[in-house]
Amino acid sequence: MLELKNICFTRDNKKILDHVNLTIDENKLIAITGPNGSGKSTICKIIMGIEKPDEGQVILNGEDITNLSIDERARKQISFAFQQPVKFKGITVYDIIRLSSGKRINKKEACEILSSVGLCAKEYIDREVNGSLSGGELKRIEIATIAVRESQLTIFDEPEAGIDLWSFNNLIQIFEDLQKSKKASIVIVTHQERILNIADSVILMKNGKIEKIAQKEEILDSINGGCCKLKRGECNGRHR
Amino acid sequence: MEDIDKKLLSEITDVENGEFEGAYNIRKNGQGIERKVTENINIVTKKDVSGIDIFVKENTKFEFIHIPVIITESGLKDVVYNDFYIGKNANVVIVAGCGIHNDHHKDSEHNGIHRFFLEEGAKVRYIEKHYGEGNGDGKRILNPVTEITLKKGASLEMESVQIKGVDSTVRTTKGVVGEDATLVITEKIMTHGEQKAETLFNVQLNGKNSSVKVTSRSVATQNSEQTFKSELYGNTQCFGHVECDAIIKDKARVIAIPEIVANDVDANLIHEAAIGKIAGEQLIKLMTLGLNEKQAEEEIINGFLK
Repeated sequence: MLELKNICFTRDNKKILDHVNLTIDENKLIAITGPNGSGKSTICKIIMGIEKPDEGQVILNGEDITNLSIDERARKQISFAFQQPVKFKGITVYDIIRLSSGKRINKKEACEILSSVGLCAKEYIDREVNGSLSGGELKRIEIATIAVRESQLTIFDEPEAGIDLWSFNNLIQIFEDLQKSKKASIVIVTHQERILNIADSVILMKNGKIEKIAQKEEILDSINGGCCKLKRGECNGRHR
Repeated sequence: MEDIDKKLLSEITDVENGEFEGAYNIRKNGQGIERKVTENINIVTKKDVSGIDIFVKENTKFEFIHIPVIITESGLKDVVYNDFYIGKNANVVIVAGCGIHNDHHKDSEHNGIHRFFLEEGAKVRYIEKHYGEGNGDGKRILNPVTEITLKKGASLEMESVQIKGVDSTVRTTKGVVGEDATLVITEKIMTHGEQKAETLFNVQLNGKNSSVKVTSRSVATQNSEQTFKSELYGNTQCFGHVECDAIIKDKARVIAIPEIVANDVDANLIHEAAIGKIAGEQLIKLMTLGLNEKQAEEEIINGFLK
């Protein structure tokens, strides 16, 4: 469905992505993990069009979308949940959910989406998406803006950040529901073992390169067998 | 009433077809054209100068007063003095504002001087909207002056909006706030083209436990220029907060001049001012939802001025 071909990205003389090749198949949940600064978030931004690669191509269903803008990619049903949700002045939770849905939805429908991410809808629907909301509340609203969209590929950049009090069961349930109901692929940048656990495959990044792509069985094996090297990006896969 | 009058009235009051609820006085091209009083609200024409006195009886609860002004005559300079006397413990909503339609080359100008005298415990929500339209090159000029005097425990909440079509404006708001009284002012302005908007707030916090909160949100685009000047004097134990938040685009200029003066050790005064272009991350977020850059910008500005 989505293919990254030979992606290179350098900033301030630092090679952030170094000839990255990756294929994401339909209806798969892919986790990207690895040390800080390994290029995980940059891959996501390049898929969404927030950053443009210096070299290489982004191919979606056979179409080269490398030069398409962010909104053009959004209209091709790519969605992006920010690691740090963006705050606004004056734009309410209802406004942002309505804009995300891309159609006229009423408050009742918007409330249902909010409830699905664990927020008491009545208390939040008319609030502004601003600094008066906590990090966890903003994160759930960010996820609601994704849940309401029709997407064939959804990218979550460290969704676990800032939701310390929220049960991971809810978050994981949302990923699974998204994948099942919409037959969409999901890419999640994460450090969390429980998210790695539900992934079909895990991509290990190191120094701007894909160090390894591990399949589900291998991940479970490594988690259950205590192979911590996988999570550190040091696993060579021979432990099986 | 002509269609153009009804449209202007609807723009500044949100009331369709000129069908106002409660007491009202409509002024067109310098003359009062319609008036209605109620049992609790009396409107009397001034004898010495052009304008009206509005008297609200004490303990009046939840009544509306509309006093819109419309100008359709090019070249007219209208000056009006309106005084509001709000009785003890009354609670009313007052909707004012001026709409100018100028299709010709002469300047049209309206200067409305509104004075509010609130007795003890009175409560007023005052909404003022300014709007200009028309294809002529004659300027549409509005210079509103608002003077507010609040007695013990009174409160006034003022919402002032100027979104479109006013070429030049100097808006002056003065407040004298008594004991336990509260003044809240929210101003929203958008300018474009060669427009100029100047706002001056001068508030004296004279009574113990008095408070004021002034919030200005503005958007300046193209070659327009805005000046926001606030003078806040804390003369006793009091609380004052002034916030000026502006989005700037193109070659526009925004000037914020804060002045907070604490004349008492128990005066607690805050001034915040932020001027800047639309945050890039806000545009990116809305673009990831499928809006193009122009649509994203419109949504951000509409939200900001909502």
